[in-house]
Amino acid sequence: MPLTEELTVGEALRKAGISRRGFVKYCTAIASAMALPPWMGVAMAEQLRHAARPSVVYLSFQECTGCFESLTRSFSPTIESLIFNVISLDYDDTLMAAAGENAQTALDAAMKANFGKYVLVIDGSIPTGAGGAYCTAGGRSAVDTLREAAQGAAAIVCVGTCSAFGGIPFADPNPTGAWPVSAIVGDKPIINVSGCPPIPEVITGTLLQFVSTGELPDLDEHLRPKAFFGNTIHDRCYRRPFYDEGKFAKSFDDEGARNGWCLYELGCKGPTTHNACATIKWNGGTSFPIESGHGCLGCSEPGFWDKGSFYAAQSSAEWGKAGAASPLRALELGGAAVAVGAVLGVASAGTSRLRQHRTERDAAGSNEKEGQS
Amino acid sequence: MTLLDFARGPALKTAIAIFCLGATWRIVGFVLLRIRRDHSTPRASPLKYIASGLLAIGTRSWPHREFIGRTGPGEALGYSYHIGLFAVVLLFTPHILFLGSLFGFTWPGLPSSVITVISALTITLFAAVLFRRVTNRVMRMLSNFDDYFSWCITMLVMVTGIAATAHIGAPYETLLGIHILSVDALLVWFPFGKLMHAFYIFPSRALNGALLARKGAAS
Repeated sequence: MPLTEELTVGEALRKAGISRRGFVKYCTAIASAMALPPWMGVAMAEQLRHAARPSVVYLSFQECTGCFESLTRSFSPTIESLIFNVISLDYDDTLMAAAGENAQTALDAAMKANFGKYVLVIDGSIPTGAGGAYCTAGGRSAVDTLREAAQGAAAIVCVGTCSAFGGIPFADPNPTGAWPVSAIVGDKPIINVSGCPPIPEVITGTLLQFVSTGELPDLDEHLRPKAFFGNTIHDRCYRRPFYDEGKFAKSFDDEGARNGWCLYELGCKGPTTHNACATIKWNGGTSFPIESGHGCLGCSEPGFWDKGSFYAAQSSAEWGKAGAASPLRALELGGAAVAVGAVLGVASAGTSRLRQHRTERDAAGSNEKEGQS
Repeated sequence: MTLLDFARGPALKTAIAIFCLGATWRIVGFVLLRIRRDHSTPRASPLKYIASGLLAIGTRSWPHREFIGRTGPGEALGYSYHIGLFAVVLLFTPHILFLGSLFGFTWPGLPSSVITVISALTITLFAAVLFRRVTNRVMRMLSNFDDYFSWCITMLVMVTGIAATAHIGAPYETLLGIHILSVDALLVWFPFGKLMHAFYIFPSRALNGALLARKGAAS
């Protein structure tokens, strides 16, 4: 997959028969999807036309390949247009035909040829337990490969919640000692494109914006592009009016669910989840989980797997390790506190009675003395 | 652990434990207090003064006809914001779900927009209550730290609640975390301040009524 000829994006597009006008329209659509100003589309197109296709190295570690599967479903831009026209995907062990030593040689060559300039895309968390032995390729552990690859990267794009926040491998009890990329690499710009998996257009849009402008997008406190993660799903949800009206589905098959009422009571995490599912949607804008009748799981938020039951409402108390609301645990806690409180109450009433009794006895004694005198 | 996780996890558990412990401590201590023996002859039968005590809960909860002009507006204000508070606490769906997670059952709620209006009205009335307290000379002299702190903590819960519902000022999860933390603070303060009137008010009225009836006085 490494480039044999150094073409600019403009040259590559001309070769593929794509007009300048078509490319400007394409970039404008991307800018629009990212909520960038309209002129940014033209600027992106001009910048990209004259730029050499930026090198991208895609490394997969402790993951399920769901994020890459998601990326291959991108409709705008498609994965083909991205890797054939806009970027030079110099290493990706899922897509590339090469294996073994050839693959390793390709990776080393790509990193050497574009040292300091390539975009490093990471998919999956990094296990550090057992000396990194839980995830190795070509005899090298994920943590070593990441450290080496990060040295020459212009920026790192973490695709998926595993690489961004640790994801499922990081969840309690984290048997492999998994960490997100940001816990291991501290000296490179990082963009987190979280989600389990992330929305394909969010992955491609973020990559496109970075390679076209060479600048990091505006990021939130979790290093996610604000253009995609600036709003909660609840803010943009088409079921939001039902929340405001107080109309909630009580189960997944009741009349409320059939009428499309809000899924808050069924544990929807939309109010606390930042992502673009409700606007960009999935499968080319076909639908998203809430539209399909299931509440949001909050998969693009840090620690989503450890935040309690997917089916407990957001306002429920969290009692156990699993977080599921349990009246029994509440009763146990309350019962113990009531028992201790009752003992204290009896003790304080007893003390008070003793004090009263002593005061009355003293008063009676002094009255007697007064009477005798 | 995020602010929200902390607020509705360990902080809430601790607050509920302190609330249960403190409230039981004070109630048991109050119930077991010795009532000074009354050596006078009872002016009414035990049945009558128990009935008078129960009646006093109602009669003492309504302004006396003679003073209605002076005390009526204050009592109306008090009742209004209490009704508002109960409506918001007990009829807002997220609150019902929270209470459901504690007690294991739920009930129908009001639309969120109706709750928002009630909350805004309640906050306004609550502000008026404070204004009355600081502008009325007698009330000001009767007030102490407990009154103002209890007011502040209750107001904080209401303001953070309405901010969380309307998404004002910060992300929802931050506002929800702050709101739940303010509830935690209220639960901790509740048994040790004047908020305990929620438990004491009716039994103490009944007791006063019964003791007065025993002496032959109207309650």
